[in-house]
Amino acid sequence: MANPSTKSVLFDPIFANNPIGLQILGICSALAVTSKLSVSLVMCLAVISVVACSNFSISLIRNHIPSSIRIIVQMVIIASLVIVVDQFLKAYAFEISKTLSVFVGLIITNCIVMGRAEAFAMKNGPGLSFLDGIGNGLGYSFILIVVGTVRELLGSGTLLGYTILKPVTEGGWYQTNGLMLLPPSAFFVIGLTIWAIRSWKKDQVEEPDYELQNAHNAEAH
Amino acid sequence: MSNSNENDVVNEQEQLTEPKKKGLAAMSNDSIGKTFIVAFLLCLVCSVLVSVAATVLKPRQQLNRLVDLQKNILSVAGLTDESQTIEQRFEGVEARLVDLNTGEYTTELDVDKYNQRKASKDPELSIDLNTGQDIASIGRRANVGKIYLVKNNDIVTKVIIPIKGYGLWSTMYGFVALKTDGRTIEDVTFYEHNETPGLGGEIQNRSWQESWQGKLIYDDQGKPAFTVTKGIAAEGAKYEVDGLAGATITSDGVTNLVRFWVGENGFGPFLKKLAKDAEANNG
Repeated sequence: MANPSTKSVLFDPIFANNPIGLQILGICSALAVTSKLSVSLVMCLAVISVVACSNFSISLIRNHIPSSIRIIVQMVIIASLVIVVDQFLKAYAFEISKTLSVFVGLIITNCIVMGRAEAFAMKNGPGLSFLDGIGNGLGYSFILIVVGTVRELLGSGTLLGYTILKPVTEGGWYQTNGLMLLPPSAFFVIGLTIWAIRSWKKDQVEEPDYELQNAHNAEAH
Repeated sequence: MSNSNENDVVNEQEQLTEPKKKGLAAMSNDSIGKTFIVAFLLCLVCSVLVSVAATVLKPRQQLNRLVDLQKNILSVAGLTDESQTIEQRFEGVEARLVDLNTGEYTTELDVDKYNQRKASKDPELSIDLNTGQDIASIGRRANVGKIYLVKNNDIVTKVIIPIKGYGLWSTMYGFVALKTDGRTIEDVTFYEHNETPGLGGEIQNRSWQESWQGKLIYDDQGKPAFTVTKGIAAEGAKYEVDGLAGATITSDGVTNLVRFWVGENGFGPFLKKLAKDAEANNG
């Protein structure tokens, strides 16, 4: 752990140590912005750039951050970067920035950003921290893209706005699934994705907190 | 194991070299002085970064907002022919200024430069509304309103009036397109608000906006009667549209802002005149 390699820093967070899949961080925004794939993609880019840049800047000054105001310093850096990203979206992706509305601002409170700053950037050099930010951003993006694809395809029958499954309302055969357009469906899709990842990588399965008492013992009470 | 040992060595070296550092780097991280200096420098750098980004990108953002406004006017006007550019489609729309106190057209101000939103903040161009009048919670109202006439071969077919009012979190801005009888809603749009996405934010839902079409804003006595009801509006209701589920305060806000802007303190006098003219033309 002391000297993580460039490759593991960049690619581990995608499957082996996925911030959403294993650490269960950043779920809130994954629910909110995944009803359309295009919106999810823009959100992914925003999060990747914020995590990477915040990791980089925090790591750069990590030896001079007084521990008493450590969290505030991290928050100020993250918040400034988020505002800059928000301004960029308003200037260059106006339509999507309207859909994303408050959720770009809420990247500030995205646990992944704070988590990586505290867990990685405070202990490692700027270059490695930058890559760690990109890696974790990609891990977040991977889940968002999966969820966004499933929700848009099953919810509206389209992908990136192009019709794939022609819905009944437009004279096709596909009965759109309204649930998929609502935030709870993201829970189901994320849950299924985590299940899939953990069936593939068995080491991610957690030890059960308790074991079920068997029926014979229960009767004795 | 070997890695951690190496690290320890590095740390020791760092500690050994530390006293040689000068100035800021030499100060203990946890001293009060350094805490203040770091906090100050950080705030300085971050605020410069944020202000530079905001200033540099502002012209582009304003252009985006202008285009967005025009798109909304075109959409509420029903001019949605995608094959034409925004400028081409906008040729069928004429902006006019209306004196809200008299309901007459006015040419005292330059229509292209006039900004009703800015004017409503300017004490010389607006009036303060008292609590009884201010049902839309907007505080001040501009004396002059900017409306848009949609023309087909020089005959006015629709009138678009700007509306705004307070919902749950924010002021909601939009447009209502009315038939020339000054009473029947053709269409509505909301282009700026900060209501809760998914609840109050559903004022931007196109199918909900379409349910406004054909509703009447005045009852037979000429009083504002348009209502966003709670729950589902009755079949064939003349004045009611469905409420937004989970967004009672936003729904009430929309009712109030429509009633304000078509009422006597809003475009009421103008719409009454419009209705009279339309009747005279038909008769």
